[in-house]
Amino acid sequence: MLILEALGRPGLHPVDLTLAAGERAVVMGPSGAGKSLLLRAIADLDPNDGEVILDGTRRATLPAPLWRRRVGYLAAEPGWWSDRPRDHLPDTRETHGMCDALALPAAIMDRPVARLSTGERQRLALIRLLLNGPRVLLLDEPTSGLDPESTARVEALLDARRADGAITLMVSHDPAQAARLATRRLTIRDGRLETAA
Amino acid sequence: MTYIVLDYVDIALAALLLLINAGLSMSLHLGIGRRLLIASLRMVVQLSLIGLVLEQLFALVSPWATGGAALVMVLFAGREIAARQTHRFTGWWTHGLGTGSMMAAGALVTLLALSTAIRADPWYDPRYALPLFGMILGNAMTGVSLGLERLLAGARRERSAIEARLSLGGTRWEAFRPVLRDALRAGLMPIVNTMSATGVVALPGMMTGQILAGVPPVEAVKYQFLIMFLIAGAVGLGTFAATLGGVLRLTDERHRLRLDRLRDAAPGDR
Repeated sequence: MLILEALGRPGLHPVDLTLAAGERAVVMGPSGAGKSLLLRAIADLDPNDGEVILDGTRRATLPAPLWRRRVGYLAAEPGWWSDRPRDHLPDTRETHGMCDALALPAAIMDRPVARLSTGERQRLALIRLLLNGPRVLLLDEPTSGLDPESTARVEALLDARRADGAITLMVSHDPAQAARLATRRLTIRDGRLETAA
Repeated sequence: MTYIVLDYVDIALAALLLLINAGLSMSLHLGIGRRLLIASLRMVVQLSLIGLVLEQLFALVSPWATGGAALVMVLFAGREIAARQTHRFTGWWTHGLGTGSMMAAGALVTLLALSTAIRADPWYDPRYALPLFGMILGNAMTGVSLGLERLLAGARRERSAIEARLSLGGTRWEAFRPVLRDALRAGLMPIVNTMSATGVVALPGMMTGQILAGVPPVEAVKYQFLIMFLIAGAVGLGTFAATLGGVLRLTDERHRLRLDRLRDAAPGDR
Protein backbone atom coordinates (compact mmCIF):
# COMPACT_ATOMS: atom_id res chain seq x y z
CA MET A 1 0.00 0.00 0.00
CA LEU A 2 1.24 3.48 -0.90
CA ILE A 3 0.13 6.33 1.34
CA LEU A 4 0.76 10.03 0.63
CA GLU A 5 0.26 12.27 3.66
CA ALA A 6 0.11 15.99 2.91
CA LEU A 7 2.73 15.59 0.19
CA GLY A 8 3.42 19.04 -1.18
CA ARG A 9 6.01 21.21 -2.83
CA PRO A 10 6.04 24.60 -4.56
CA GLY A 11 3.49 24.37 -7.37
CA LEU A 12 1.62 21.49 -5.74
CA HIS A 13 -0.91 21.77 -2.90
CA PRO A 14 -0.55 19.06 -0.24
CA VAL A 15 -1.88 15.74 -1.49
CA ASP A 16 -3.43 12.97 0.59
CA LEU A 17 -3.85 9.72 -1.27
CA THR A 18 -3.87 5.98 -0.56
CA LEU A 19 -3.31 3.38 -3.26
CA ALA A 20 -3.67 -0.32 -2.56
CA ALA A 21 -1.49 -3.03 -4.08
CA GLY A 22 -2.36 -3.54 -7.74
CA GLU A 23 -4.12 -0.21 -8.04
CA ARG A 24 -3.51 1.87 -11.14
CA ALA A 25 -4.26 5.56 -10.89
CA VAL A 26 -4.30 7.57 -14.10
CA VAL A 27 -3.52 11.25 -13.56
CA MET A 28 -4.99 13.70 -16.05
CA GLY A 29 -5.12 17.45 -16.32
CA PRO A 30 -3.91 20.34 -18.43
CA SER A 31 -0.21 20.76 -19.23
CA GLY A 32 1.65 22.56 -16.49
CA ALA A 33 -0.97 21.73 -13.86
CA GLY A 34 1.52 19.83 -11.71
CA LYS A 35 1.15 16.18 -12.79
CA SER A 36 4.89 15.64 -13.22
CA LEU A 37 5.55 17.57 -10.02
CA LEU A 38 3.42 15.04 -8.12
CA LEU A 39 5.28 12.06 -9.55
CA ARG A 40 8.67 13.69 -8.92
CA ALA A 41 7.68 14.53 -5.35
CA ILE A 42 6.72 10.90 -4.66
CA ALA A 43 10.08 9.76 -6.06
CA ASP A 44 11.74 12.43 -3.88
CA LEU A 45 13.50 14.03 -6.85
CA ASP A 46 12.76 17.58 -5.71
CA PRO A 47 12.58 19.12 -2.24
CA ASN A 48 9.11 18.40 -0.82
CA ASP A 49 7.14 18.25 2.43
CA GLY A 50 4.90 15.60 3.85
CA GLU A 51 5.24 11.88 4.26
CA VAL A 52 5.15 8.95 1.88
CA ILE A 53 4.72 5.43 3.25
CA LEU A 54 5.16 2.27 1.20
CA ASP A 55 4.03 -1.04 2.71
CA GLY A 56 4.46 0.38 6.20
CA THR A 57 7.93 1.84 5.56
CA ARG A 58 8.29 5.59 5.90
CA ARG A 59 10.27 7.17 3.08
CA ALA A 60 12.47 9.17 5.43
CA THR A 61 13.77 5.98 7.03
CA LEU A 62 15.21 4.72 3.74
CA PRO A 63 18.25 6.10 1.90
CA ALA A 64 16.96 7.97 -1.17
CA PRO A 65 18.62 5.63 -3.74
CA LEU A 66 16.97 2.61 -2.11
CA TRP A 67 13.62 4.41 -2.06
CA ARG A 68 13.88 5.13 -5.79
CA ARG A 69 14.60 1.49 -6.55
CA ARG A 70 11.27 0.65 -4.96
CA VAL A 71 9.45 3.70 -6.28
CA GLY A 72 10.57 4.01 -9.90
CA TYR A 73 10.00 7.20 -11.87
CA LEU A 74 9.96 7.33 -15.67
CA ALA A 75 10.31 10.86 -17.05
CA ALA A 76 8.32 11.97 -20.08
CA GLU A 77 11.64 12.46 -21.86
CA PRO A 78 13.99 9.99 -20.21
CA GLY A 79 17.68 10.84 -20.02
CA TRP A 80 20.65 8.77 -21.21
CA TRP A 81 24.11 8.91 -19.73
CA SER A 82 25.86 7.02 -22.52
CA ASP A 83 25.59 6.78 -26.31
CA ARG A 84 24.41 3.18 -26.61
CA PRO A 85 21.39 1.47 -25.04
CA ARG A 86 23.73 -1.42 -24.19
CA ASP A 87 25.38 0.69 -21.49
CA HIS A 88 22.02 1.29 -19.80
CA LEU A 89 20.54 -2.20 -19.89
CA PRO A 90 22.21 -5.42 -18.75
CA ASP A 91 22.63 -8.11 -21.39
CA THR A 92 20.29 -10.62 -19.70
CA ARG A 93 17.45 -12.92 -20.66
CA GLU A 94 15.03 -10.64 -18.81
CA THR A 95 16.09 -7.66 -20.92
CA HIS A 96 15.73 -9.60 -24.17
CA GLY A 97 12.37 -10.95 -23.07
CA MET A 98 11.02 -7.46 -22.47
CA CYS A 99 12.51 -6.16 -25.74
CA ASP A 100 10.66 -8.97 -27.53
CA ALA A 101 7.47 -8.14 -25.70
CA LEU A 102 7.73 -4.50 -26.81
CA ALA A 103 8.74 -5.36 -30.40
CA LEU A 104 12.24 -3.90 -30.11
CA PRO A 105 14.84 -5.69 -32.28
CA ALA A 106 17.95 -7.06 -30.55
CA ALA A 107 20.17 -4.87 -32.77
CA ILE A 108 18.76 -1.75 -31.14
CA MET A 109 21.18 -2.20 -28.23
CA ASP A 110 24.10 -1.03 -30.37
CA ARG A 111 22.45 1.87 -32.14
CA PRO A 112 23.21 5.40 -30.96
CA VAL A 113 20.51 6.61 -28.57
CA ALA A 114 20.40 9.93 -30.40
CA ARG A 115 19.29 8.17 -33.60
CA LEU A 116 16.43 6.22 -32.00
CA SER A 117 12.85 7.38 -32.39
CA THR A 118 11.00 8.89 -29.44
CA GLY A 119 8.92 5.74 -29.13
CA GLU A 120 11.97 3.47 -29.16
CA ARG A 121 13.62 5.52 -26.45
CA GLN A 122 10.46 5.52 -24.36
CA ARG A 123 10.16 1.74 -24.53
CA LEU A 124 13.85 1.20 -23.74
CA ALA A 125 13.59 3.54 -20.77
CA LEU A 126 10.54 1.67 -19.51
CA ILE A 127 12.44 -1.62 -19.71
CA ARG A 128 15.38 -0.01 -17.93
CA LEU A 129 13.05 0.98 -15.12
CA LEU A 130 11.18 -2.32 -14.89
CA LEU A 131 14.48 -4.22 -14.59
CA ASN A 132 14.83 -2.59 -11.15
CA GLY A 133 11.65 -4.40 -10.10
CA PRO A 134 10.00 -1.36 -8.49
CA ARG A 135 6.96 -1.83 -6.24
CA VAL A 136 5.56 1.51 -7.39
CA LEU A 137 5.64 2.74 -10.99
CA LEU A 138 5.48 6.49 -11.57
CA LEU A 139 5.07 6.83 -15.33
CA ASP A 140 4.96 10.22 -17.03
CA GLU A 141 3.16 9.73 -20.36
CA PRO A 142 4.85 6.40 -21.08
CA THR A 143 3.05 5.86 -24.40
CA SER A 144 2.87 9.43 -25.76
CA GLY A 145 5.25 8.66 -28.63
CA LEU A 146 3.88 5.24 -29.52
CA ASP A 147 1.58 3.91 -32.25
CA PRO A 148 -1.53 1.95 -31.15
CA GLU A 149 0.14 -1.44 -31.53
CA SER A 150 3.17 -0.51 -29.44
CA THR A 151 0.89 1.15 -26.90
CA ALA A 152 -1.04 -2.10 -26.56
CA ARG A 153 2.21 -4.01 -25.99
CA VAL A 154 3.32 -1.55 -23.30
CA GLU A 155 -0.08 -1.79 -21.63
CA ALA A 156 0.14 -5.58 -21.63
CA LEU A 157 3.55 -5.40 -19.95
CA LEU A 158 2.16 -3.02 -17.34
CA ASP A 159 -0.82 -5.34 -16.79
CA ALA A 160 1.60 -8.13 -15.91
CA ARG A 161 3.30 -5.91 -13.34
CA ARG A 162 -0.01 -4.94 -11.90
CA ALA A 163 -0.99 -8.59 -11.55
CA ASP A 164 2.17 -8.98 -9.44
CA GLY A 165 0.87 -6.28 -7.13
CA ALA A 166 2.74 -3.24 -8.47
CA ILE A 167 1.08 0.09 -7.74
CA THR A 168 0.99 2.49 -10.70
CA LEU A 169 0.56 6.23 -10.97
CA MET A 170 0.49 7.19 -14.59
CA VAL A 171 0.11 10.51 -16.37
CA SER A 172 -1.85 10.36 -19.60
CA HIS A 173 -3.51 12.80 -21.95
CA ASP A 174 -5.55 10.08 -23.64
CA PRO A 175 -9.07 9.62 -22.18
CA ALA A 176 -9.45 6.28 -23.94
CA GLN A 177 -6.27 5.01 -22.30
CA ALA A 178 -7.48 6.25 -18.93
CA ALA A 179 -10.73 4.38 -19.47
CA ARG A 180 -8.84 1.19 -20.36
CA LEU A 181 -6.29 1.23 -17.56
CA ALA A 182 -7.48 3.26 -14.60
CA THR A 183 -8.72 1.67 -11.42
CA ARG A 184 -8.75 5.22 -10.10
CA ARG A 185 -8.87 8.48 -12.04
CA LEU A 186 -7.23 11.58 -10.69
CA THR A 187 -7.24 15.09 -12.08
CA ILE A 188 -4.77 17.84 -11.26
CA ARG A 189 -5.69 21.45 -11.94
CA ASP A 190 -3.59 24.46 -10.91
CA GLY A 191 -1.53 22.30 -8.61
CA ARG A 192 -4.53 20.79 -6.80
CA LEU A 193 -5.47 17.14 -6.88
CA GLU A 194 -9.13 16.47 -7.62
CA THR A 195 -10.40 12.93 -7.49
CA ALA A 196 -12.74 12.09 -10.35
CA ALA A 197 -15.21 9.27 -10.56
CA MET B 1 76.10 34.41 -6.99
CA THR B 2 76.69 36.65 -9.99
CA TYR B 3 73.95 38.48 -11.75
CA ILE B 4 74.02 41.52 -13.99
CA VAL B 5 72.36 44.55 -12.42
CA LEU B 6 70.24 46.50 -14.89
CA ASP B 7 70.34 50.28 -14.99
CA TYR B 8 67.41 52.36 -16.18
CA VAL B 9 69.05 53.16 -19.52
CA ASP B 10 69.03 49.45 -20.38
CA ILE B 11 65.33 49.24 -19.59
CA ALA B 12 64.53 52.39 -21.54
CA LEU B 13 66.32 50.90 -24.52
CA ALA B 14 64.11 47.79 -24.32
CA ALA B 15 61.04 49.97 -23.94
CA LEU B 16 61.92 51.60 -27.26
CA LEU B 17 60.84 48.32 -28.85
CA LEU B 18 57.31 49.30 -27.94
CA LEU B 19 57.70 52.20 -30.36
CA ILE B 20 58.06 49.70 -33.18
CA ASN B 21 54.75 48.18 -32.13
CA ALA B 22 53.17 51.61 -31.90
CA GLY B 23 54.48 52.47 -35.34
CA LEU B 24 53.06 49.27 -36.78
CA SER B 25 49.73 49.95 -35.15
CA MET B 26 49.58 53.46 -36.57
CA SER B 27 50.67 52.62 -40.09
CA LEU B 28 48.29 49.65 -40.34
CA HIS B 29 45.47 51.39 -38.43
CA LEU B 30 45.22 48.49 -35.99
CA GLY B 31 43.79 50.81 -33.37
CA ILE B 32 45.48 49.08 -30.49
CA GLY B 33 48.20 51.68 -29.97
CA ARG B 34 46.31 53.23 -27.08
CA ARG B 35 45.59 49.90 -25.39
CA LEU B 36 49.19 48.86 -25.87
CA LEU B 37 50.34 52.03 -24.16
CA ILE B 38 47.93 51.61 -21.27
CA ALA B 39 48.83 47.93 -20.85
CA SER B 40 52.53 48.65 -20.70
CA LEU B 41 51.98 51.52 -18.28
CA ARG B 42 49.90 49.24 -16.07
CA MET B 43 52.62 46.64 -16.13
CA VAL B 44 55.25 49.17 -15.12
CA VAL B 45 53.14 50.58 -12.29
CA GLN B 46 51.96 47.21 -10.98
CA LEU B 47 55.39 45.63 -11.04
CA SER B 48 57.03 48.69 -9.47
CA LEU B 49 54.51 48.57 -6.65
CA ILE B 50 54.94 44.86 -6.10
CA GLY B 51 58.72 45.36 -6.12
CA LEU B 52 58.42 47.96 -3.37
CA VAL B 53 55.97 45.83 -1.39
CA LEU B 54 58.21 42.77 -1.64
CA GLU B 55 61.21 44.80 -0.58
CA GLN B 56 59.33 45.86 2.56
CA LEU B 57 58.08 42.37 3.27
CA PHE B 58 61.53 40.87 2.83
CA ALA B 59 62.93 43.40 5.28
CA LEU B 60 60.18 42.69 7.82
CA VAL B 61 60.24 38.86 7.77
CA SER B 62 57.08 38.76 9.88
CA PRO B 63 54.69 35.79 9.77
CA TRP B 64 51.74 38.20 9.93
CA ALA B 65 52.91 40.35 7.04
CA THR B 66 53.70 37.27 4.94
CA GLY B 67 50.35 35.72 5.79
CA GLY B 68 48.54 38.97 5.01
CA ALA B 69 50.20 39.21 1.60
CA ALA B 70 49.32 35.57 0.89
CA LEU B 71 45.70 36.26 1.85
CA VAL B 72 45.50 39.22 -0.52
CA MET B 73 46.83 36.98 -3.31
CA VAL B 74 44.19 34.36 -2.47
CA LEU B 75 41.39 36.92 -2.56
CA PHE B 76 42.45 38.25 -5.94
CA ALA B 77 42.73 34.72 -7.33
CA GLY B 78 39.33 33.81 -5.86
CA ARG B 79 37.73 36.79 -7.51
CA GLU B 80 39.29 35.73 -10.79
CA ILE B 81 37.84 32.21 -10.44
CA ALA B 82 34.34 33.57 -9.83
CA ALA B 83 34.65 36.02 -12.72
CA ARG B 84 35.43 33.21 -15.15
CA GLN B 85 32.28 31.18 -14.41
CA THR B 86 29.28 31.44 -16.71
CA HIS B 87 27.16 29.49 -14.21
CA ARG B 88 27.44 30.30 -10.55
CA PHE B 89 26.31 28.99 -7.24
CA THR B 90 23.89 31.12 -5.27
CA GLY B 91 25.04 32.89 -2.12
CA TRP B 92 28.54 32.83 -0.74
CA TRP B 93 29.28 29.53 -2.49
CA THR B 94 30.02 31.56 -5.63
CA HIS B 95 33.30 32.70 -4.16
CA GLY B 96 33.62 30.36 -1.23
CA LEU B 97 34.03 27.04 -2.99
CA GLY B 98 36.62 28.08 -5.58
CA THR B 99 38.61 30.29 -3.20
CA GLY B 100 38.45 27.78 -0.37
CA SER B 101 39.68 24.79 -2.34
CA MET B 102 42.38 26.78 -4.11
CA MET B 103 43.59 28.24 -0.81
CA ALA B 104 43.58 24.89 0.98
CA ALA B 105 45.47 23.13 -1.81
CA GLY B 106 47.92 26.03 -2.30
CA ALA B 107 48.64 26.46 1.40
CA LEU B 108 49.05 22.74 2.01
CA VAL B 109 51.50 22.26 -0.84
CA THR B 110 53.45 25.45 -0.08
CA LEU B 111 53.83 24.53 3.60
CA LEU B 112 54.92 21.04 2.60
CA ALA B 113 57.60 22.47 0.31
CA LEU B 114 58.74 25.06 2.87
CA SER B 115 59.05 22.50 5.63
CA THR B 116 60.79 19.78 3.57
CA ALA B 117 62.59 20.66 0.33
CA ILE B 118 63.22 24.38 0.75
CA ARG B 119 63.74 24.41 4.53
CA ALA B 120 63.64 28.18 4.68
CA ASP B 121 64.60 29.68 8.04
CA PRO B 122 62.26 30.90 9.40
CA TRP B 123 59.74 28.87 7.42
CA TYR B 124 57.63 31.96 6.69
CA ASP B 125 60.57 33.90 5.18
CA PRO B 126 58.70 35.82 2.46
CA ARG B 127 61.63 35.56 0.05
CA TYR B 128 60.77 31.87 -0.34
CA ALA B 129 57.18 31.65 0.83
CA LEU B 130 55.60 34.31 -1.39
CA PRO B 131 57.07 33.49 -4.83
CA LEU B 132 56.46 29.79 -4.18
CA PHE B 133 52.90 30.38 -3.04
CA GLY B 134 52.29 32.68 -5.99
CA MET B 135 53.37 30.14 -8.59
CA ILE B 136 51.39 27.36 -6.95
CA LEU B 137 48.33 29.53 -6.42
CA GLY B 138 48.28 30.83 -9.98
CA ASN B 139 48.19 27.34 -11.42
CA ALA B 140 45.70 26.03 -8.85
CA MET B 141 43.49 28.98 -9.80
CA THR B 142 43.45 27.94 -13.45
CA GLY B 143 42.70 24.32 -12.59
CA VAL B 144 39.93 25.13 -10.13
CA SER B 145 38.30 27.64 -12.41
CA LEU B 146 38.31 25.31 -15.45
CA GLY B 147 37.12 22.36 -13.38
CA LEU B 148 34.25 24.28 -11.78
CA GLU B 149 33.19 25.83 -15.07
CA ARG B 150 33.00 22.40 -16.70
CA LEU B 151 31.20 20.88 -13.72
CA LEU B 152 28.49 23.52 -13.51
CA ALA B 153 27.94 23.66 -17.27
CA GLY B 154 27.83 19.84 -17.33
CA ALA B 155 25.26 19.67 -14.55
CA ARG B 156 22.94 21.91 -16.55
CA ARG B 157 23.54 20.22 -19.87
CA GLU B 158 23.35 16.65 -18.57
CA ARG B 159 20.42 17.30 -16.29
CA SER B 160 18.16 14.60 -17.74
CA ALA B 161 20.97 12.01 -17.77
CA ILE B 162 21.83 12.78 -14.15
CA GLU B 163 18.19 12.57 -13.10
CA ALA B 164 17.72 9.34 -15.03
CA ARG B 165 20.53 7.79 -13.00
CA LEU B 166 19.10 9.16 -9.76
CA SER B 167 15.57 8.01 -10.47
CA LEU B 168 16.85 4.49 -11.14
CA GLY B 169 18.33 4.38 -7.65
CA GLY B 170 21.84 5.66 -8.38
CA THR B 171 23.66 7.72 -5.78
CA ARG B 172 24.62 11.30 -6.48
CA TRP B 173 28.20 10.16 -7.10
CA GLU B 174 27.13 7.54 -9.63
CA ALA B 175 24.88 10.07 -11.34
CA PHE B 176 27.62 12.68 -11.55
CA ARG B 177 30.47 10.36 -12.51
CA PRO B 178 30.68 11.29 -16.25
CA VAL B 179 30.33 15.03 -15.56
CA LEU B 180 32.77 14.89 -12.67
CA ARG B 181 35.34 13.00 -14.72
CA ASP B 182 35.04 15.56 -17.51
CA ALA B 183 35.46 18.44 -15.05
CA LEU B 184 38.53 16.92 -13.41
CA ARG B 185 40.08 16.30 -16.80
CA ALA B 186 39.46 19.91 -17.85
CA GLY B 187 41.08 21.18 -14.67
CA LEU B 188 44.18 19.02 -15.00
CA MET B 189 44.70 19.43 -18.74
CA PRO B 190 46.70 22.71 -18.67
CA ILE B 191 49.29 21.41 -16.21
CA VAL B 192 49.59 18.15 -18.14
CA ASN B 193 50.17 20.12 -21.34
CA THR B 194 52.64 22.43 -19.63
CA MET B 195 54.63 19.52 -18.25
CA SER B 196 54.85 17.72 -21.57
CA ALA B 197 55.86 20.83 -23.54
CA THR B 198 58.22 22.30 -20.98
CA GLY B 199 61.87 22.41 -21.98
CA VAL B 200 61.03 21.62 -25.59
CA VAL B 201 58.90 24.59 -26.55
CA ALA B 202 59.95 27.05 -23.89
CA LEU B 203 62.15 27.23 -20.83
CA PRO B 204 60.09 27.83 -17.72
CA GLY B 205 60.25 31.39 -16.44
CA MET B 206 61.53 30.51 -13.03
CA MET B 207 64.35 28.36 -14.41
CA THR B 208 65.29 31.07 -16.88
CA GLY B 209 65.36 33.53 -14.03
CA GLN B 210 67.66 31.36 -11.96
CA ILE B 211 70.01 30.81 -14.89
CA LEU B 212 70.16 34.57 -15.53
CA ALA B 213 70.93 35.00 -11.82
CA GLY B 214 73.96 32.74 -12.20
CA VAL B 215 72.64 29.40 -10.95
CA PRO B 216 74.15 26.41 -12.83
CA PRO B 217 71.53 25.03 -15.27
CA VAL B 218 71.47 21.59 -13.66
CA GLU B 219 70.65 23.13 -10.29
CA ALA B 220 68.01 25.35 -11.88
CA VAL B 221 66.48 22.29 -13.52
CA LYS B 222 66.27 20.53 -10.15
CA TYR B 223 64.42 23.51 -8.76
CA GLN B 224 62.09 23.44 -11.73
CA PHE B 225 61.31 19.76 -11.11
CA LEU B 226 60.38 20.57 -7.58
CA ILE B 227 58.15 23.45 -8.62
CA MET B 228 56.42 21.47 -11.34
CA PHE B 229 55.63 18.63 -8.97
CA LEU B 230 54.37 21.05 -6.37
CA ILE B 231 52.22 22.83 -8.92
CA ALA B 232 50.82 19.59 -10.32
CA GLY B 233 50.04 18.45 -6.78
CA ALA B 234 48.27 21.67 -5.90
CA VAL B 235 46.31 21.74 -9.17
CA GLY B 236 45.18 18.16 -8.60
CA LEU B 237 44.20 18.69 -4.99
CA GLY B 238 42.50 22.03 -5.64
CA THR B 239 40.53 20.81 -8.66
CA PHE B 240 39.56 17.64 -6.82
CA ALA B 241 38.34 19.54 -3.77
CA ALA B 242 36.47 22.13 -5.83
CA THR B 243 34.67 19.65 -8.08
CA LEU B 244 33.79 17.21 -5.28
CA GLY B 245 32.54 20.13 -3.22
CA GLY B 246 30.65 21.30 -6.29
CA VAL B 247 28.88 17.94 -6.63
CA LEU B 248 27.94 18.05 -2.94
CA ARG B 249 26.47 21.51 -3.42
CA LEU B 250 24.66 20.55 -6.64
CA THR B 251 22.97 17.67 -4.84
CA ASP B 252 21.57 17.17 -1.36
CA GLU B 253 21.54 14.44 1.25
CA ARG B 254 18.46 12.88 -0.38
CA HIS B 255 20.48 12.52 -3.60
CA ARG B 256 18.47 15.07 -5.55
CA LEU B 257 19.89 17.28 -8.30
CA ARG B 258 19.64 20.86 -6.99
CA LEU B 259 19.98 23.11 -10.03
CA ASP B 260 18.03 25.71 -8.04
CA ARG B 261 21.35 26.41 -6.35
CA LEU B 262 22.79 27.61 -9.67
CA ARG B 263 22.24 30.86 -11.48
CA ASP B 264 23.60 32.42 -14.65
CA ALA B 265 26.32 34.97 -14.33
CA ALA B 266 24.80 38.43 -14.72
CA PRO B 267 26.66 40.83 -17.04
CA GLY B 268 27.60 42.95 -14.02
CA ASP B 269 29.33 39.99 -12.34
CA ARG B 270 32.37 40.17 -14.53
